[in-house]
Formats: sequence, structure tokens, C-alpha cells
Amino acid sequence: MDPLALTLIELGAVVFCLGLLARLAGRIGMSPIPLYLVGGLAFGAGGVVKLEGMQEFAHLSGEIGVILLLLMLGLEYTAAELVTGLRRSWQAGVLDLVLNFLPGAGLALLLGWGVVGAMVMGGVTYISSSGIAAKVITDLGRIGNRETPVVLSILVFEDLAMALYLPILTATLAGVGFLGGLTTVGISLAVVTLVLMVALRHGHRVSQAVHSENSEVFLLNLLGAALLVAGVASAMQVSAAVGAFMLGIAISGATAHSATRILEPLRDLFAAIFFVAFGLNTDPSTIPPVLGWALVLAVITAVTKMITGIWAGKRAGIARRGRFRAGAALIARGEFSIVIAGLAVTSGVVPDELAALATAYVLLMAILGPLAARYVEPLLQSVTRTAAVATQA
Amino acid sequence: MNVDETDLPGLGRRKDFMTASGRRIGVVELREGQTELFVSTWDDPDTCQASIPLTGDEAATLGNLLGGQHLAMTLTEAHKEIPGIVTRQFSIAPESPFQNQPMGKACIRTRCGVSIVAIMREGEVLPSPGPDAVLHSGDLLVAVGTQEGLDAAADILRNG
Repeated sequence: MDPLALTLIELGAVVFCLGLLARLAGRIGMSPIPLYLVGGLAFGAGGVVKLEGMQEFAHLSGEIGVILLLLMLGLEYTAAELVTGLRRSWQAGVLDLVLNFLPGAGLALLLGWGVVGAMVMGGVTYISSSGIAAKVITDLGRIGNRETPVVLSILVFEDLAMALYLPILTATLAGVGFLGGLTTVGISLAVVTLVLMVALRHGHRVSQAVHSENSEVFLLNLLGAALLVAGVASAMQVSAAVGAFMLGIAISGATAHSATRILEPLRDLFAAIFFVAFGLNTDPSTIPPVLGWALVLAVITAVTKMITGIWAGKRAGIARRGRFRAGAALIARGEFSIVIAGLAVTSGVVPDELAALATAYVLLMAILGPLAARYVEPLLQSVTRTAAVATQA
Repeated sequence: MNVDETDLPGLGRRKDFMTASGRRIGVVELREGQTELFVSTWDDPDTCQASIPLTGDEAATLGNLLGGQHLAMTLTEAHKEIPGIVTRQFSIAPESPFQNQPMGKACIRTRCGVSIVAIMREGEVLPSPGPDAVLHSGDLLVAVGTQEGLDAAADILRNG
């Protein structure tokens, strides 16, 4: 068959299947991310059907998907929100970082994947899925709840932590030594501070530069700017994703809102392809051997997120039930864990098992997270009741 | 009244207060412009029993209903000593002939001796509006006068 025809047919079939999976996910009220990953596993290396025509396209689209994911993450919060969030919740943020980075990093060291593997797995287990958390909060009608700002400010802190972590990770993956690593950290700290300052003072100018009343012009301006910044950042070894993220932070106000609206469909498409592409590159037969470890990690990091939420809720003066809700809302991991694992896999310096472990882990956590958020309260109540009965008897 | 304001990064801003009955009640102003009205449950002030999305129009109408009621009650209380004086609220319907017209055109005070003491619009109060205040559909007028005068004023506002 003509290679172009083959590519088109494969791509069409995959995107169509993704549509069916997204519909299924919506029907049963779960995040579509785990289904996309499973879809990728089924079509990829060692899967049920082997797709070869679309590999190249899937790879590039996946990269664009990461850029769009991070750009929209940056758009989500204004610079002022980031700064107040940092001031208000840095203690909880640091606790979150320590408690949730260590299990992943520790397991990677235990499995002999070295410092680089530990850096990667720590990031995978650390970062909550702000997409899933936000959806859970809206779907369960918890926008007005008193623990919601607590959850959101921890997510804000994680965002900022990502801005520092990603360049460090990129440097580590590129095999820079300790001194080189320090330089990268210095550069990224300086860049993050600079961008935040520019965004706080001159955010409207950056917004003006890309803004247009015409939605077509606006879309092209935005996408062009994002790809340019990402490309330059990548050339400077700071990671393309961080460049896009910083651009997102610098764009503010009304422009940011309309940018979110206009980019959403594009992000949905390219991010879905990114998850599939990640699954495509993972051999499903590598997953069963690491499934046990993924389960252990899932249980530990579900508990550590609960502790983070409970502690942060207590500090904010939230009652017992609210604290548990806050913890459960943070459990879900998703898009950004896959972004981190994806960066590692592309660099080729981590073992294949890492990709398998990250996939299995995110599959578990993306499903477990929303369930935990939904059922933590009834569970807590029945436990309290049983305990009360036990003390009476 | 002490209203708490809390930023919800990425979502909007929450404004709420605790009622005397021990429930938290408030609104979330979402970034996309909608409003969400919420009431906490009776046993856990942290959680919401109901969270109701409102469009801009709905929020403004609800504001008028609550605010107008309060204003009318205060005025009735104030006029208690003067027999025969009543406070009533009129809403400007979309088919009212005075929609988008200055209030003076209706000549309510001259024709029926009724005073319009306030206009409630989108949750805000315009006290003692002058004759050149322009009426809009959805406005709530708070009027003071005699029973007959108010009936006449209602008829004028509806039919011209």
C-alpha cells in the first residue's frame, strides 16, 4: 500500500478509537488517560496490532502534545496566583515534595536504576494530576468547599516545582555532571524568577503581543510563539516543555482565558496522541513483571498524598472530614507523570522497565485517584462507626 | 457582616459568610464569568450541600429578590408610624413602555403621588433615583405611597 494512505488509515483508526475510549471514559465517569495508555499499549511494540506507518507522526505530535499540556498548565494560573500560592502554602508544598518524591526515588534506587532513574521516578510519583483533581472537584460539586483552596494551592506549588524540576531532569538525562547540574539549576531559577517578575509587571504586554480579536490569528500567534519558545528552550538545554510553561505564565488576564478556550481542542487531540505514543513505545509484556512494584508504589504514594492533604487541611483549620477529602483529591497522578517518564524514555538513558513501571503506576493512580476522592467520606464514616461500636462493646 | 474572600487558583474567587443558623453560604465567581451559589451542609461547614450554577441574569435576579425584600422590609418598618403609607416593589417587564426610558417620563410622582425610593439592578441599589435615571428590563423599583397610588403606579409602569 501507498505509505501515505497507510499512515492516514492508521491515524484515522487510532484517533477514532480514542474518541470511542473518551466516550467510554465519560460514560463511566473516569479520566480518559488510562484508557489512552491502554490503547497505545495495544497498538504498539508487542501489542495486538502493530502500527508502523504513523510512528513518525505520533512521535512529533506527542512532542507537540507535551508542549500544549505545559503551555496550558502555565495559562491556568496567573503569576499573582503563583506568588500568593507559594507564600501561603510553601510548607505543605515542601512536605508534599518530600513525602511523594522519596517513594519513587527510593524504589528506583532499590531496583538499581541509579540516580537518573531515581530523579525520574521521584518526579513521576510526586506530581499530582491537576487535570484530574480539578475535574474531580467540579464534578463532585466541591468548588465551594473550604478544603478546595488548600488542594489548589498545593497544585500551584507543584506547578512551580515542575518549572525547576524539568530543567534539572533534562540536564541529568543529558548526562551533565554535578557542576553542570548546578549551573542548570542556577539558570532555571534565574529564568523562573525573571519570567515571574516580567509576568507580574509586564504580563499585559506579552499578552498584547499574541492577542488578537480574530480567533484564527490568535491561534496561529499562540501556537507559533509556543513552538518557538519551546524550540529555543530546547536548544538551550532547558527543556522544551519548560519554555512553553513559562510562556503560559507570562500570558495573563483575559488573553489567558481566551487562549485556554482556543487551545483546548488542540491540546485534547495532541495530548491524546502523546499518551498513545507513550503506550506505543512500551512493550505490554514488560508490564506484568513490574506490576507488583507498581501496586506497592501506588499504595505508599496514595498514603503519602493523604498525609499531605490531611496535614495541610489541619493547618488551614479544616475539620476531619474535609482534611481527608483534601488528601484524596491529591492522589490522582496522570498527564505530568507520563510527561516526565516520556522525557526519560526519549533520552534513552533509563531502562525499559522504568517506562513499564511508570505506565502501570499511572494506570493505577489515574483510576484510583477519582475513586478515592469520591468514596473517602463514606469510607471514613463507616470506619468511624465501626470504631464507635467497638468501643461501646 | 464579615464576608470571607478566598482565591481559588485556576478557578476563580470564593466569597462566603457564616449564617446565624450555622451554615456557610456564598458564591464562587468562576473565571469564565458564571456564578456558583453554594450552601454548606448542617453538620460539616467545610462541605457543600448544594452548589448551583447561575447565569449572570439569574444571579442578578436572585440578588434583586434578596436585596429588594430586605429594603422593602426596612422601609415598611420605617413608615410604620404613618398610617396609609405602604412600600411595594415593581419589576420592569421586557414589554414595559418605559424600558430604556428615563424614569421621569412616567411622571409617577405627579400622576399618583408615589415616590420611587430606589432601583435594584444586578444586585446593586441605586438610592433616590432622579427623573433622568434610565429604566431597564429586569430592574426592581422600590416605591412608597398610598395603596391606591401604588396600584395606579403599577398600571402606569405596565401599560403606559
